[in-house]
Amino acid sequence: MRTKLVAGLKKIMVGMLTGAALLAAIGLIFAAPALAQRKMIQVKGSDTMVNLVQILAEEYMAKKPGTAIAVLGGGSGTGITAIINGTCDLANHSREWKPKELDLAFEKGVRPRIFAIAVDALSIIVNEKNPVDSLTMAQVGSIFRGEIKNWKVVGGPDQKISLYGRQSNSGTYSFLQEHVLNNKNYSQDVKEMNGNAQIIEAVTQDLAGVGYVGVGYLYDEKGEIRRGIKVLQIKKDENSPAYSPLDKEAVYSARYAISRPLYHSTSGKPSDAVADFIRFELSPEGQAIVEKEGFFKVGRELMEQNEKNLR
Amino acid sequence: MISVKKKGLLGDLKETLIKRLFQTSGLLAIIALLGIFALLLYTSVPAFREISLREFLTSTRWDPTSPERPEYGILSMLASTIMVTIGALFIAFPLGVAVAAYLSDVASNKVREVVKPVIELLAAIPSVVVGFIGITLIGPLIARIFKLSHGLNALNGSLLLAVMALPTIISISEDSLRAVPLSYTEASLALGANHWQTLIRVKIPAALSGIIASLMLGLGRAIGETMTVLMATGNARAFPHGFLQSVRTLTATIAIELGEVPYYTTHYYALFALGLVLFIMTFAVNLTADIILEKHRKKLQ
Repeated sequence: MRTKLVAGLKKIMVGMLTGAALLAAIGLIFAAPALAQRKMIQVKGSDTMVNLVQILAEEYMAKKPGTAIAVLGGGSGTGITAIINGTCDLANHSREWKPKELDLAFEKGVRPRIFAIAVDALSIIVNEKNPVDSLTMAQVGSIFRGEIKNWKVVGGPDQKISLYGRQSNSGTYSFLQEHVLNNKNYSQDVKEMNGNAQIIEAVTQDLAGVGYVGVGYLYDEKGEIRRGIKVLQIKKDENSPAYSPLDKEAVYSARYAISRPLYHSTSGKPSDAVADFIRFELSPEGQAIVEKEGFFKVGRELMEQNEKNLR
Repeated sequence: MISVKKKGLLGDLKETLIKRLFQTSGLLAIIALLGIFALLLYTSVPAFREISLREFLTSTRWDPTSPERPEYGILSMLASTIMVTIGALFIAFPLGVAVAAYLSDVASNKVREVVKPVIELLAAIPSVVVGFIGITLIGPLIARIFKLSHGLNALNGSLLLAVMALPTIISISEDSLRAVPLSYTEASLALGANHWQTLIRVKIPAALSGIIASLMLGLGRAIGETMTVLMATGNARAFPHGFLQSVRTLTATIAIELGEVPYYTTHYYALFALGLVLFIMTFAVNLTADIILEKHRKKLQ
């Protein structure tokens, strides 16, 4: 008798538990849209920009509780692809859209709007023990095309140059190819690393190494230049003076030769939540963060363009 | 009373149901395999509308995003994959068989019971961790030994893959050495052969097909490994001329490029074509291993 009673009770308990679980599941299904109504912004793209935008997003979230911004890397190409496929709200990219990508976007009915949120000085780095201090644009191009193979040619030791670069989805990869390599192929000997940080790590260890990174990656947490690397000065041509990407004035006056805007893209007119975040980034407060992270403020012309695109 | 009920009509039904369930899951594996093959084939065929098969198979240049002319040759990557894999087996196979022979013939039961599970645990190390060791430990070591400026090269990849293939090789080789009937050993010893002669001339030949199968399975593991080689080999696209050069394997290329490629472009389809090549390679290797193992089983019965 007693065992029967216990068994019966057990059955009831199991039934109740199952019911509760079911109810909870149904509740979750209905609650999900409510959760989504919290302003969630998905940002994706450029590895060069990921730290900067992450910090901007954190500051913004601290000011506007209730918003959630998730920032992912992956490369500029990844971000642009995500905007085309509608899998993110905001793309980061450190290069401009390619005609092919624009075609693809228009085919899918996506009308991208582009905002410049910061300026980067693309930096060429070598190991700190390398005696070379400066290179011309042409020399950088030749080195990455694989035409100059030995440091001796550019005034260094008799040592084979060891090339480090990014993967082909990187905006930095495309930018350098277009503006410094004159749209020629990279050398087949470039070792393709997964991000700016990996390039810096590799050049720190490799006495013959040379690589390219966004200027924000040159600083460590304390705002000092990372140990083990040397940032090369760049000359526009043989006869012009050399400028460092760390020299603010040279970058703002465009005397440093390889600087570029860093962009956001949205699909069509940005939603209110996204537009508000972009406004924060472009505000004096946002631009101060940009400078603090080692990048540079957006100039007036680009700012006016941004204003137009926000409307 | 309850036990009788189980053997009744309900029990029969249950048994049929369970049987069906297992049957379906077995079939599911086959369907999945065929499905993957069909999908790869279906998605890689459009690549050849723009790429000639000849270029794909014989060109050494792979540069799909080139502003000059996109190029889709897989030869460098194929050579890199084969080189890194063969290098790994060159290290892992002799070592693995030696360890297997030690475990089956020399080691005491106690030692074996500890060592074998530990070796099998080696297979449980995530490949990204192995790759990390390659970057921070093996790489600088290689650079110092060979007086290079860096150690991200094929040799690094081979060493790491060897470590990853060892558990498979040791475990299966040891199993097949122990599966050699005791009568073989007894007969050999009775004829006056010592332990070494018995091992080399009787046991290893008898277990040879199992040992070769372990080699093939290790090979399959090494060909398909991605994360480790991606991290440790430097990923330069040039055709490999030696083990001290940076190389980029088929798997690494897919992993690097698939995440960003615009969908339904030639580049996208070409990456699936790489996947198909990889699939055919591993399938052939595993099939060979299976056939050899099956023969081995029959022979010993």
